[in-house]
Amino acid sequence: MRVPLQWLAEYCAPELDARELATRLAMTGTEVDRIHHHGVGNLDAFVVGRVLATERHPDADRLTVCTVAIGEGVQTHIVCGAPNVAAGQTVAIARPGAIMPDGTKLKKAKLRGVASDGMILAEDELAISSDHDETIVLADDGLQAGQPLAGVLPIATEVLELEITPNRPDCLGVYGVAREVHAATGAQLARPPWEEDPGSFEGEVPVEVVVETELCPRFTARAFEDVTIGPSPAWLKARLTAAGQRPINNVVDITNYVMLLTAQPLHAFDLDRIAGAKLVVRRAGAGETVVTLDGQTRMLDPDVVLIADGDGPTSIAGVMGGTRSEVQPDTTRVLMEGASWDGPNIHATSLKLGVRSEASARFEKGLSPEATIEAQVVATQLMLALTGARLVPGTIDVAPKTTEPAQPLVIRLRDKRVGRLLGVNITRSASALHLQRLGFETAERPDGLDVTVPHWRRNDVTREADLIEEVARLHGMDDQLPATLPDRRGAVGVLTPQQRMRRRAVDALTAGGLLEIVGWSFDTPARDDRLRLPAGDERRRHVVIENPMSAGQSVLRTTLLGSLLDAAAHNAARGQGVPAIFECGAVYRATGDRLPHEHRAIGALVPGDVFAAKAHLEALLRTLRVQATFAGAPQPFLHPGRSAELHAGEDIVGWVGDVHPLVAGDWDLARVAAFEIDLDRVIAAAPLVARYEDLTSFPELREDIAVVVDAGVPATTVLETVRSAGGRLLARAEVFDVYRGEQIAAGRTSLAIALTFRAKNRTLTDADVAPVREKIVAKLALELGGELRG
Amino acid sequence: MIERIAELRAEAEAAIAGADSSAELEELRVRYLGRKAELPNVLRSIATLAPEQRGPTGKAANQARQSLEALIASRGSELSGGELERSLASDAVDVTLPGSPPQPVGRLHLLTATQREIEDVFLGLGFRIAEGPEVETVYYNFDALNHAPTHPARGRADTFYVADDVVLRTHTSPMQIRAMEAQPPPLYVIVPGRVYRPDSDATHTPQFHQIEGLAVDEDIALSDLKGTLLAFARAIFGPDREVRLRPHFFPFTEPSVEVDVSCFNCKRGHLRDGARCPVCKGTEWLEILGSGMVDPNVFGHVAEHGYDPERVQGFAFGMGIERIAMLKHAVPDLRLFYDNDVRFLEQFG
Repeated sequence: MRVPLQWLAEYCAPELDARELATRLAMTGTEVDRIHHHGVGNLDAFVVGRVLATERHPDADRLTVCTVAIGEGVQTHIVCGAPNVAAGQTVAIARPGAIMPDGTKLKKAKLRGVASDGMILAEDELAISSDHDETIVLADDGLQAGQPLAGVLPIATEVLELEITPNRPDCLGVYGVAREVHAATGAQLARPPWEEDPGSFEGEVPVEVVVETELCPRFTARAFEDVTIGPSPAWLKARLTAAGQRPINNVVDITNYVMLLTAQPLHAFDLDRIAGAKLVVRRAGAGETVVTLDGQTRMLDPDVVLIADGDGPTSIAGVMGGTRSEVQPDTTRVLMEGASWDGPNIHATSLKLGVRSEASARFEKGLSPEATIEAQVVATQLMLALTGARLVPGTIDVAPKTTEPAQPLVIRLRDKRVGRLLGVNITRSASALHLQRLGFETAERPDGLDVTVPHWRRNDVTREADLIEEVARLHGMDDQLPATLPDRRGAVGVLTPQQRMRRRAVDALTAGGLLEIVGWSFDTPARDDRLRLPAGDERRRHVVIENPMSAGQSVLRTTLLGSLLDAAAHNAARGQGVPAIFECGAVYRATGDRLPHEHRAIGALVPGDVFAAKAHLEALLRTLRVQATFAGAPQPFLHPGRSAELHAGEDIVGWVGDVHPLVAGDWDLARVAAFEIDLDRVIAAAPLVARYEDLTSFPELREDIAVVVDAGVPATTVLETVRSAGGRLLARAEVFDVYRGEQIAAGRTSLAIALTFRAKNRTLTDADVAPVREKIVAKLALELGGELRG
Repeated sequence: MIERIAELRAEAEAAIAGADSSAELEELRVRYLGRKAELPNVLRSIATLAPEQRGPTGKAANQARQSLEALIASRGSELSGGELERSLASDAVDVTLPGSPPQPVGRLHLLTATQREIEDVFLGLGFRIAEGPEVETVYYNFDALNHAPTHPARGRADTFYVADDVVLRTHTSPMQIRAMEAQPPPLYVIVPGRVYRPDSDATHTPQFHQIEGLAVDEDIALSDLKGTLLAFARAIFGPDREVRLRPHFFPFTEPSVEVDVSCFNCKRGHLRDGARCPVCKGTEWLEILGSGMVDPNVFGHVAEHGYDPERVQGFAFGMGIERIAMLKHAVPDLRLFYDNDVRFLEQFG
C-alpha cells in the first residue's frame, strides 16, 4: 500500500517527518518497506510562468520559441515542442537546476541553435500522469508569474510504502492508515470523508438487481446521468499516480480513488450497456466464459461468482470487470456498483484464474458490508463534482435473505488479564484511550472495559487477546515493557541421551578430519538410475512433491550418497581434490502411510578404498561403544567385492564400501569409498550408560598365532571361531596382519591374530593358556580348515 | 708409607682436576683406585705393618681413597653435564617446521555449529530440545496453528505439497502442537530443524533451517519473551546487545511481535569512518525473528492435553539459523551454505 503523505495529511498530519512517522508506525505494528520521494526535487526551480509571445523556431518546424514571464518584470526564452503552447497561457515552468521526477537535473540547453532557459512542463514531467502530448495550461485565477508552482499543483510528496498484514484490510485505504496514524501519534483525525452524503436512499434506480448467492453479503448501486467522460483534474491524477495507479478517465479514476481512500473497491458500469437493465449475481455455470477488462477470455465454473446481465456474464465478482459493459468515451449514464464478497471465495477464484487485482487483494481479506455505502457516498460526491453528472435518486441495496444483519461485537477486556499476559500493568484509562483512537467504543465495567468492535475490524478482533494486542502495540514495548525471565517451575534444560550421542557421533567424524556438509533434501528420480538402483529397490520409493520448483528437486532423497557425491564432485571440479566429507541428516521413504518414514542418517565419503571409509565408521561405532559386525554384501552403487553391510543385533543398519567405478565415474570422481548408517538405530544399539569394569585385574598374557585359511573365509568368521573356542580366559582377539603369497598355498590367506588372555582372580601361566590355545587351533582346523603357520 | 699416600693423593688430585672427558676420568679411577692400583693395595696390606703404624696409615689411606672417590664423582658429574649439553646441542632441529605426521582437522558445517550454539543457550535457560517430522500434515502445519483457510502461506506458490493434506513443513511451528500433545505444562522446548518453501535467490533457498521456541505455563508473559530473547541475543551477538519488539501479525500468536537486535557492527548505524553500516544498512537494528504470545485458538487444539486457554499462556518464537549465521559471520549469500565448497566449510565450525 503506497500512501502519499500529502494525501494522508488531509486526514491526519502528525508533526513528524516521513522517517520519524515510518519509525513510529513500525513500532506500533505497521511495517514501512521504504519511503520514497514522488515527483520533482528542488522546488524553488518550479514556478508559474506566463507565455507572452511565441515564434516558430528558425530551424525546426515542431519547436516554438516562447517568451515567458517568470516573475515581476523578469522574462526569458524557452524552446517548447508541444503543439498546444500559445501566447497568453499560464503554464508550469521548470528552471535550470530543477530536479525532474527521474532524478535528472535540468540545465540550460541549446535546441537546434536556440538557447532555452528551462522547460514548459507537461504532466508527465511533474509525475502527475503519464501524459506528454500537451503542456499543462493552468487556470488563470489570480496566479502570478514567478510564484512557486508547489502551491498550485501537487508536484512532490513523500510516499510511504506500507506492508499491510493480512488481518488489516482496513489499512488498504488512506483513511484507514490515517486512523492508525492518529492512534500511533495522537495527532488529530479528520472526520471521515463519507459523513456527508449528497445521495439518497429514496427513489427508483433504473436497473433491477437480483442476488442469488450468499457469497455476496451486500450489493449496492447508484446511477448517474449526463456524465461527461474526460480527464480528471490534476490533483486527483497526482494522487493516483503517487499511489501507483495510472489515471484513465474521470469515472474510472473516481472508482480507483475511492478504493485507495476507503479500501472498498467500486466498479463503474455503462448503464446503457447493461443488457435488459438487469444484473444478476450468481454462481457461474460450468464452462461459462467472460471477457475481462484485460482482454482475456476466462473460463468459469460454479465456484466462481459472476455478475450477469441480459446477455450473460459481464464481470467476475470482486476480481475483474468485463469489457462488454465498461465505461467508454461516449458513456453518459453510469451505474456505480459497490458490493461486498465472501473473502475465501474471492481468494479461491483469484488463485484459480490466476488474476490478482487491487480489488481481489482487498476482497479476499474480508471487507465489511458497511464499507460499501461509505464508498458510495464518496463516489457520489466526486461524480457530481468532477463529471458533470446528475444523481438519479435512490440506492440499490440488496442482501440475500440468508445473510443476518451484523450485530456489533462487544468483548470484555479485564484489567487483570492485560497485566497477566503482558507482564506489565496498563491503566484502564490508558487502554480505553488507545482503543477509542482506533475506533472502538468502550464502556466501564467493574473488572475492566466492555469494548465494541467497529465494523472494519470485525474479522480481526474477536477475542480478549486481540484487544490486548491493540493495547500493547499502542502502549509500546520498549521501555514500557520490562525484560524478565520465566519462572521455569522446575523445568530443566538437558539433552536426551540420544541427542548427546548424536553429537558424539558427529564429533567422532570431525575428530577424524572429515568436513561436514549439508546437502539438499530434494532429489530427482533420475539419480536413482545414476546410482544403479534396480527397479523395486526400496530407495526408489520417494516422497514425491506435487509442485516442485524444478525436475531436479521433485522428490525427497532416500539416501545421503547423492548429496555426498554432489559435494565431492563440486569440489573436485574446482581443482580442490576429493575432500573427506560427511553429512548427518534425514532421509525419507514413502511407505503408503499418510506420512513417510523418516530417519536420521550419517553418511561419509572419502578418497581411497573401503578400509579408508571403514576406519571412520569403526571410530564412530567405538565412540558410541556400539557392538556391530560387518558382513560382505553388495549394494547396487558399490563395488560388489569390496562392500559390506553393518549389523547391529538382528538389524542391518548400514553399508560401507568402494563406490562402484561406474557410479564414481558418472560424478567424474576417481576411487572413492563411502558409508551410510541409520543413526537412530545405531544409537538405539548403544549402551545408555557405560558400566565400570575392574581395573585391578591380574596381568594379561599375550600370544600371537598365524593361521592359514581359504581366501574366501572372512576375517570376522575366523575371529568368531577363535572367540568361541577361547572361552572366558580369552579377553581379546584381533587381526593385525594379513598375508597372501609365495610362502603359502595359492587360494589361501594367512591371518596373524593377537590373543590376549586374562583371568579375574589370578596371574595366568603358560600352563593355564596352553590348553585354551590348543582348543582354538583345533576348532579353527575343524570348522575352517585352518592350519597354523610356521 | 704415609708420605707415599700423600704423594699419591696429590698426584691423583691433580690428574682428576685435569681430566677432560668421562673416559679419561674412568682411566684415572682405574689407575688410582682400581684393583691393581697402589692405594687400595696399601689398604689391603695394612695387616702386614707394624701394629703402631696400622692406625695412622690406615686412616690416611682411607681418607685419601674417600677424598679421591668424591673428587672423581664431582668431576664426573661436571664432565657428563657438559657432554650432555654438547650432545643436545648437536640434536637441535628447526622447530618452526610443521608437526609430523600432520593430524587432519575436521569441521562442523556452519549451520550445525550455529545450531549447537543456539541450542546450548536455550539449554542453559531451561529449555529441552524436541524434533519432529519434516513431511507434515496440513493439520499440524496450518490448521492447528490458526491459519485461516485463505491464508496465502497455504498456497502452492508458498508451500510444497505432497498430497492435499500433506506438505513439507514450512516452519518448525507444527512441533508446538506435537510437543503440547506429548507433555502437559509447564513446557519449555526448542525445535531445531529443516523447513521448506518454494523460493530461490540470494536470500532464499527452498530448504532452510529454523529453531522454534515454546514456553507455556500459567503465568508466562510477554515480558518473559522479551527477557528470554534478550538473554539469547546477548549470548549470541555480545553482551552489549539490546532487543526491540515490533508489533506484527502472525496467525498463531496474539500479540505478535517481530524482534530486532541492536547492530553489533556499528554505532548508531555508522562505522568509525562515517560510512553507513553494511550489516544493518544504517538502521541500527537487525531483524532476527518472529514471535508472540501463543494464540488462544492454538491452545484450543490441545485443550484436552492440559492447555486450557483460560488457564495457561505462553510465548513462541521462530528464527532462521541461516539468518543468524549470516549476520554473525558476514556470509553474503545464502546459497553458499548448500554449495559445500571446502573453502567455505574450512572457515567455520
